[in-house]
Amino acid sequence: MTEPRTMFDKIWDAHVITERDDGTALLFIDRHLVHDGSRNAFEVLRSTGRGVRRPDLTYAVADHLVPTRDQAQGIKGIKNDLARRMAEAQVRNTDDAGIQLFGLDDPRQGIVHVVGPEQGLVLPGLTLVCGDSHTSTHGAFGCLAFGIGTSEVAHVLATQTLWQRRPNTMRVHLDGALGLGVTSKDVILAIIAQLGTAGATEHVMELTGDAVAKMSIEQRMTMCNMAIEAGARAGMIAPDERAFAYLKGRPFAPEGEQWERAVAAWKTLASDPGAKFDHDVTIDCASIAPTVTWGTSPEDAAPITGSIPEPSAEPDAGQRARIERALEYMGLTPGQALTDIRVDRVFIGSCTNSRIEDLRQVADIVRGRKAVVPTMVVPGSRLVKQQAEKEGLDQIFVAAGLDWREPGCSMCLGMNGDILAPGERCASTSNRNFEGRQGKGGRTHLVSPPMAAAAAVTGHLADVRQLGDA
Amino acid sequence: MQPFTTLESIAAPLDRANVDTDVIIPARFLVQPRSAGLGNFAFHDLRFDEDGAERPEFTLNQAPYRDARILVADDNFGCGSSRESAVWALVDYHHGDGFRAIIAPRFGDIFYNNCCKNGVLPIRLDADTVAELRRQLHAKPGAKIAIDLPAQTMVAPAGQTHKFDIDPFRKECLVEGLDDIDLTMRHEAEIEAYERDRRQHVPWSIP
Repeated sequence: MTEPRTMFDKIWDAHVITERDDGTALLFIDRHLVHDGSRNAFEVLRSTGRGVRRPDLTYAVADHLVPTRDQAQGIKGIKNDLARRMAEAQVRNTDDAGIQLFGLDDPRQGIVHVVGPEQGLVLPGLTLVCGDSHTSTHGAFGCLAFGIGTSEVAHVLATQTLWQRRPNTMRVHLDGALGLGVTSKDVILAIIAQLGTAGATEHVMELTGDAVAKMSIEQRMTMCNMAIEAGARAGMIAPDERAFAYLKGRPFAPEGEQWERAVAAWKTLASDPGAKFDHDVTIDCASIAPTVTWGTSPEDAAPITGSIPEPSAEPDAGQRARIERALEYMGLTPGQALTDIRVDRVFIGSCTNSRIEDLRQVADIVRGRKAVVPTMVVPGSRLVKQQAEKEGLDQIFVAAGLDWREPGCSMCLGMNGDILAPGERCASTSNRNFEGRQGKGGRTHLVSPPMAAAAAVTGHLADVRQLGDA
Repeated sequence: MQPFTTLESIAAPLDRANVDTDVIIPARFLVQPRSAGLGNFAFHDLRFDEDGAERPEFTLNQAPYRDARILVADDNFGCGSSRESAVWALVDYHHGDGFRAIIAPRFGDIFYNNCCKNGVLPIRLDADTVAELRRQLHAKPGAKIAIDLPAQTMVAPAGQTHKFDIDPFRKECLVEGLDDIDLTMRHEAEIEAYERDRRQHVPWSIP
């Protein structure tokens, strides 16, 4: 009788090529996604005379640097010289190495964490890495997916492997059902608020429970995406019929007899009953309200019905100082009701919330209403954009005064020039409210897509459940 | 990679939890070529005001800390984005003679790895010890910390010696300044065997 194993254990064990006496393992990497900010990794290879070992397992995407208007101009449309050179380097590097690129001239272009699943490049049971912390997104399919730095990108390009210490495991069990107007974004923000941004450091987080099973694949991706904001190396969810149905027929997914074999293997991946996790946490989903952040760390999250905390009520001096600094940066007053916070603009997009379901939720709220502050909607990929336009969502957005853009990372990190002005306050469906994240001096409130839509039509943080009929 | 064995240097205290990599290097500088050095962008928006003038209240702008090569930070240092530029900015700081060691209670996982890949030693110590180190550095600006990686010890400004943990593989790479791609390719036969096995038994995993 073998010990019951977690899903993480099963995937890890299946990928160990060799293990040192000290426990560090050399892991095989099944998929390597490379975005347009990876130039330095290719330079490392070139300077050491190395090539790309497995271009057949490596896929590149243009997302961080791309403009969200006039993409038909291609790379020429990137105004910043340094950014354009970086984008050109991606085309050259991928060409030279024989790596498939979903670039600005490709109808499948989009954000790497949207395109990967969309193309069926992500499958259960795989190891997947990318030089981007939000690679944890792909764990929603029951694979081990995590972000790496540039040196590790170079290492994977050269060897298709990585040296890794076995992380600890944490199970976050979601009990109860989500209330009306509550999305998986609210759930993950509530989890981060409870654990803290370092609460899952050195852990892989598996999300389990009925609430997860009932979630769509898009909702699951949103949660795994932000597992990193609790410090987790990776987020994971056991693959089920819903995951299989999402993947079936995707361009790079297995077909025919291979598909049947794959599904049979995937069905054995879930954590065994009795498998031990290093940490166990239970969250009551029924008690979660639509959630917003008020500070400069994703852990600074509270139900929209709440108010700005009083730093004086915080017993820990370090934490008190941190909250005071966050409120000063955010220009907020202790005790202020969250619904009283006026916003200057709204950003709907990013690898957290830019998929078709997110856009449908936004459309449901803005239909028949008007945005009262500038609101950008940036779809996650060209295929998402196409689908939204097929469903007429773009017409609803335009009628509501929203700015319907072209796909990319955009204002989530502002690397392409889509940024907030200093002091500007934004309700954003992205993942980080760090100081300066969306532009120097910009003030970010993280929210779900319906809550972003509610902010757009009211001009302040608003409880989407209180909007009434349009 | 530059090997790391021992280091005795002025240490700078940074009293701020959850310093994310966007604060260490804002995204607008990520298109800058590494070859030109990223040191000027380290903590850019904390170091400089709107007009590009130094903010005197920021620790690293204060005279005693200008030559610091050790940073004593607070919890969860380097959380957030995977950008290795954050480590490069710290290394390139001070005309390429920047930070070689960072002491904190916890680090962002990816940042921790990125440090080890660039000859920067991240030292995890319990929160009380790190807070005490920062207190000592504030009490005596310009005080030094001595680190001995082979012995896994560090000596505080007031003289106490603290042991620290680091996994043996990372320690070996740092001490010897190893290029781990070379190290990995010593296992090429095993990698090839694994690839053959995967092709045969898990063919659906290959697009």
